[in-house]
Amino acid sequence: MTTPEKKDKAEDLRVIGTARRRVDARAKVTGQTRFADDIALPRMAFCKLLRSPHAHARIRNINFSRALAHPGVYLVLTGKDLRIRYGVLPVSQDEQALCLDHVRHVGDPVAAVVAREELTALNALDLIDVDYEILPTISNPEEALATPTPRIHEYGDEGNIHKRVSLQFGDVEASFAESDEVFEDTFFYQGNTHLPIEQHAAVATRDPDGKLTIWSSTQTPHYLHRALARVLRMPAGHIRVIATPNGGGFGGKSDPFHHEIVISRAALILDRPVKIGLTREEVFYCHRGRHPVLMKFRTGVKKDGTITGMHLQTLIDGGAYGSYGVASTLYTGALQTTTYHIPRYKFQGCRTFTNKPPCGPKRGHGTVQPRFGQEVQIDKIAEKLNMDPAEFRLKNAVKPNSLTANFLELGTVGLPECIRQVVKVSGWNEKFRKLPEGRGVGLACSCYLTGAGLPINANAMPHSGVQLKLDRGGGVTLYCGTSEIGQGSDDVLAAIVAEVLGIDTFDIRVYTGDTDLGPVDLGSYSSRVTIMAGNAALQAAERVKSLLAEAVGIKLSVPTEQLRFADHYVYDVGATARRMSFRDAICLAESKFGTLGTVGSYTPPKSAALFPGGGVGPSPTYSYSAAVVEVEVSPETGWLTVSKVWIAHDIGRALNPPLARGQVEGSVYMGLGEALMEEMEYRRLPKKFSHALVHKFPSILEYKSPTSLDMPEIETVLVENPDPRGPFGAKEVGQGPLLPIIPAVANAVYDAVGVRVDESPVTPEKIVKALAEKKAGRAPRYGPKHFPAVNWGFTLFVPPPWEGGDGYALSDIRSAAHRAG
Amino acid sequence: MLRLPLFEFRAPRTIAESARILNGEGGNAMVVAGGTDLLPNMKRRQQAPGMLVSLRNVPGLRDIQFGEAGCRLGACLTLTEIAQEPRFRGGSSSLWQAAAQVATPPIRNMATLGGNICLDTRCNYYNQSYEWRKAIDFCIKKDGTRCWVAPSSRKCVAVSSTDTAPALIALGARVRLVSHSGEREVLLSDLYNNDGIDYLTRRPDEIVTEVLVDALQGWRSTYWKLRRRGSFDFPVLSVAAAVKTVKDGIVEGAQIVIGSAASRPLMAMQAANFLMGRTLSNEVIDETAGLAFRIAKPLDNTDFDMTWRKRVTGEFVKYALRELRGDDMRAERISLTRQAFHPSV
Amino acid sequence: MPIAPEESKKTAQIKLVLNGEEMDVAFAPYKTLLEVLREDLWHTGTKHGCELGECGACAVLVNGKPVLSCLLLALECGGTNVTTVEGLGVNGELHPLQDAFADLGAAQCGYCTPGILVTMKALLDSSANPTRDMIREALSGNLCRCTGYLQIFEAVESAVLNIAEAKKQASAA
Repeated sequence: MTTPEKKDKAEDLRVIGTARRRVDARAKVTGQTRFADDIALPRMAFCKLLRSPHAHARIRNINFSRALAHPGVYLVLTGKDLRIRYGVLPVSQDEQALCLDHVRHVGDPVAAVVAREELTALNALDLIDVDYEILPTISNPEEALATPTPRIHEYGDEGNIHKRVSLQFGDVEASFAESDEVFEDTFFYQGNTHLPIEQHAAVATRDPDGKLTIWSSTQTPHYLHRALARVLRMPAGHIRVIATPNGGGFGGKSDPFHHEIVISRAALILDRPVKIGLTREEVFYCHRGRHPVLMKFRTGVKKDGTITGMHLQTLIDGGAYGSYGVASTLYTGALQTTTYHIPRYKFQGCRTFTNKPPCGPKRGHGTVQPRFGQEVQIDKIAEKLNMDPAEFRLKNAVKPNSLTANFLELGTVGLPECIRQVVKVSGWNEKFRKLPEGRGVGLACSCYLTGAGLPINANAMPHSGVQLKLDRGGGVTLYCGTSEIGQGSDDVLAAIVAEVLGIDTFDIRVYTGDTDLGPVDLGSYSSRVTIMAGNAALQAAERVKSLLAEAVGIKLSVPTEQLRFADHYVYDVGATARRMSFRDAICLAESKFGTLGTVGSYTPPKSAALFPGGGVGPSPTYSYSAAVVEVEVSPETGWLTVSKVWIAHDIGRALNPPLARGQVEGSVYMGLGEALMEEMEYRRLPKKFSHALVHKFPSILEYKSPTSLDMPEIETVLVENPDPRGPFGAKEVGQGPLLPIIPAVANAVYDAVGVRVDESPVTPEKIVKALAEKKAGRAPRYGPKHFPAVNWGFTLFVPPPWEGGDGYALSDIRSAAHRAG
Repeated sequence: MLRLPLFEFRAPRTIAESARILNGEGGNAMVVAGGTDLLPNMKRRQQAPGMLVSLRNVPGLRDIQFGEAGCRLGACLTLTEIAQEPRFRGGSSSLWQAAAQVATPPIRNMATLGGNICLDTRCNYYNQSYEWRKAIDFCIKKDGTRCWVAPSSRKCVAVSSTDTAPALIALGARVRLVSHSGEREVLLSDLYNNDGIDYLTRRPDEIVTEVLVDALQGWRSTYWKLRRRGSFDFPVLSVAAAVKTVKDGIVEGAQIVIGSAASRPLMAMQAANFLMGRTLSNEVIDETAGLAFRIAKPLDNTDFDMTWRKRVTGEFVKYALRELRGDDMRAERISLTRQAFHPSV
Repeated sequence: MPIAPEESKKTAQIKLVLNGEEMDVAFAPYKTLLEVLREDLWHTGTKHGCELGECGACAVLVNGKPVLSCLLLALECGGTNVTTVEGLGVNGELHPLQDAFADLGAAQCGYCTPGILVTMKALLDSSANPTRDMIREALSGNLCRCTGYLQIFEAVESAVLNIAEAKKQASAA
């Protein structure tokens, strides 16, 4: 790893920016991290779920008397016991913990058995008789458009269309008319899943006082808390959700899940602890992974490479439930404007329901698919204009602290520096279009949110809160609602507090993910924890620091602004011998002010995007990445090997460099998996024999995740240009670096063998097919050939900022245009 | 957590006792050695033996003997033990290369040679949980009536997915089968039927105790495996080839075996015969590859597209023969299998 | 309430040495070593991600060799010597591999870490100075979804150096 420019040493940071053992590392390497499935309580019973074998059916009747009579079975629950619908988004309350009368995909939960042993519960599932009425199935969005009935859900924009969006920022067609060339390309991005090695698990128990506690592997304890209160009709204050450290999340544990609700109900009824551990196959049915997206890009350019406008259409396969899908739909069009200046932009998105496990947020939520299309199209445009793709991107790069056509407010922009770095370290100029046949390099860039700017449940409260407690022994305890999913969020919080108070992270006890103990944090998603919980921690720490400083300043007769906190001392920067230990400072301050504790919180700035749908995309600031991938392709077999990846990421500041690098490399890894092999494939059996619509192979063996032998070397460059919006200047790093990898692979394949694979994953079969097209003199390409007709409905027109826009749609009575008549 | 179903367990101390138990139990009992194939199948309820007969305590099954006439390999040798045996690393390296590419290192520490030879045939519609198979109303191989790969087929087309068998067949290996009523030796190539259900000619009461490979002076062999990743994955196509050449590189003996393209390893007789009396020139290799390519009929029941797998068959035969000719194929190997697996010659 | 036919009756019993300690354990005979370790011996450091031998999270050492505890009948483990992640440290001191993993970002979520640590211990026990390729190969049965493996390789290499250094100092002293 290299860091191009050394940070300003005058800041004299002792903790931030230094390579440190993360606060939870010892637990992890000794096997002591207590994951949800590691919890065992006295009298604990086990739950198994009966799931639908049909992709689409009505439930006529369920008879579970044989199961209930089975020795060792304590309880059987069905949809009648949990009738209230829930869902992570207020607009998509479409899930039931157990399906009442309608199953929508293979794996939809229908009944639950709780028994003394897990094997007993499993065997009793076979004793439940369910009478189904089979319904026609929908396997992809085109079928959904063509099949408005029967509806998979009774809500949504039309037929089996869940959500439709049509937004226009300026007159794009006029821009196209003035362009020297308009490029039109269709791409398909295949769905894929998170595959955390830890399968979802949870334990619920009725506390001795009658309240409910649940431990669960969840990224979003707050949303689970809300869903439980809603479905169980209990005051949220009587429910305690404890997010256990997640054995990997990647977005897959961000929804409230049926199994969590079921065991909570069971624990309340039985008055004993109930555990559930999903099998790998069941995790595939929970899914919430990457949406398959068909995309059409039309992009206008001038001869000199200036982008004049873009029109993007996305057709999205949502699966059987809403999940985050409305947000996902908007995300497929939100961030096209944040890398390159696009003066006019039109976005139309359509998410359909299908009879497959629900899609949702996976690392890079909704933006990975269009980033693939956009970055591959730019490669095509640059080639046609005879420009170097790096030059093309540099020429069009957005400016820092600017507004985009769709009213996103950019902060610092490290994109040009990322491009320059990655061009330099990869030897791009010596390689691009110069390597021998069969070898090639590809470049791509991206941008990602540093936290979603708006909350899921509209309110004006903070998105994150931190509470600090100082004890007389010199210890500091930190409480926060964040969920540690492996990304190092506990360490981020500890590091920020340690830096401010001049102590070590080891001096801080971190209690996170517990709704009883910590102030609300909305969850580990949208790369929001470092900036939001981090800023909250910073505020809490600064507040307690000022109390300590006031007390110490009086005692030592030093003005507080001259006091420095470092190395477990508070001292006079002018005369360092004049000092007091941190512990003594606490005692002094506690004597003066009483018990020491402070809180901090963070609320993102108000967004300028005031049009409907503008709630998705705004972020306090954005991260940038650029990657170069080198590949080897066999012209005979299409066999594709990635030989090396170079990536530069604009992180603002790396709080703990090895962890930051780990997030970059982990993103590259997951990006390579998506680029090369990972896919959620489904299949229908021949219709004359069967109505089945099943996941092709829901196993960790056949869902191909790269192994240690498949991983190329990565050279990582962290571009550190602190952003004032982030704690110590930090921006996100957990998701953004995934995005450029997939288009960079596709672009490198083109450089190697001259064929375009406009569809993920880029596999040997597709390369061979494209090579055959090339040999036959046709377009050297594999990918979708058309984009179906979609009734997009009414298009909202929002003038971009440079055309007098104020962030409202023209039709909105609050808009300046409207007021002006 | 996936759980095994209930079963009775026996751990006999001799082969004779094992054979007697199997004989007494009829089809109810199955032998367990490494367990890496059987236990996942039991957890998915694909196989549900009422009794498991463990061979772990039977002495002699992990012996390895090299002599003038050839070598005898105990059926319970682990694949790691085979892969680490230096005497398999010379010119005739197909067995080592095959064993070293099975699954993963910890699985190779458990899985046995006999188990890999008897590996249950695999299929996308079969190696699934009970619940998944219920969603397709099961298949002909287990609990159902129809083959979903080829709905008009009356035969199961599950794929032979053993790595070691093609490699051993190319070497002309034999296996010893022991039962309560006696023992017999058969050519390994005769152990298999091209039938996904009835894929072994071994009777349920017979135990594979030994693999015998004759000394092969002057032979060189190699094994090429196709799979998506550098580890874990079963072969979705493999080519084992062995040749014996005399001076001037004239081929005097040849075997080409194609794995994972049918319910049994396929002997590419015509292709092998074509090599006889010829040298391994590019033209001869291309012609041979074309002949071998014809017999591979992969179906849509493994990873990868079946037409592409067929296409690769020809390329793999070329790779194998070029390697046997003495070409340095390390770059191709590293690209395909992420490891060199280069014979140390 | 009557007992189900499939319910555990703890009819099986074995003796084994777990992390150097002789143990006597009774368990339901259908259980694998994974289940007995976690549910009957309360050693939950060993994880599971598929129970089918497809991920490597449940790797433990049996008689010094990495095997998958999810595919090993506990009934067959009598008399064996089993090492899990809980047995890597000695007298409260972390194993050099554990130190290196903790310091160098080799454990992100930490879920695959126990299986990887014992697998790497076996590698270092058999080969004092493994190359990057040997580490890569030895690790190829353990899936990690967080790190991209590179920091794991580096941590193992760092542990190798630290072990060698410690040996040198010990022999000098």
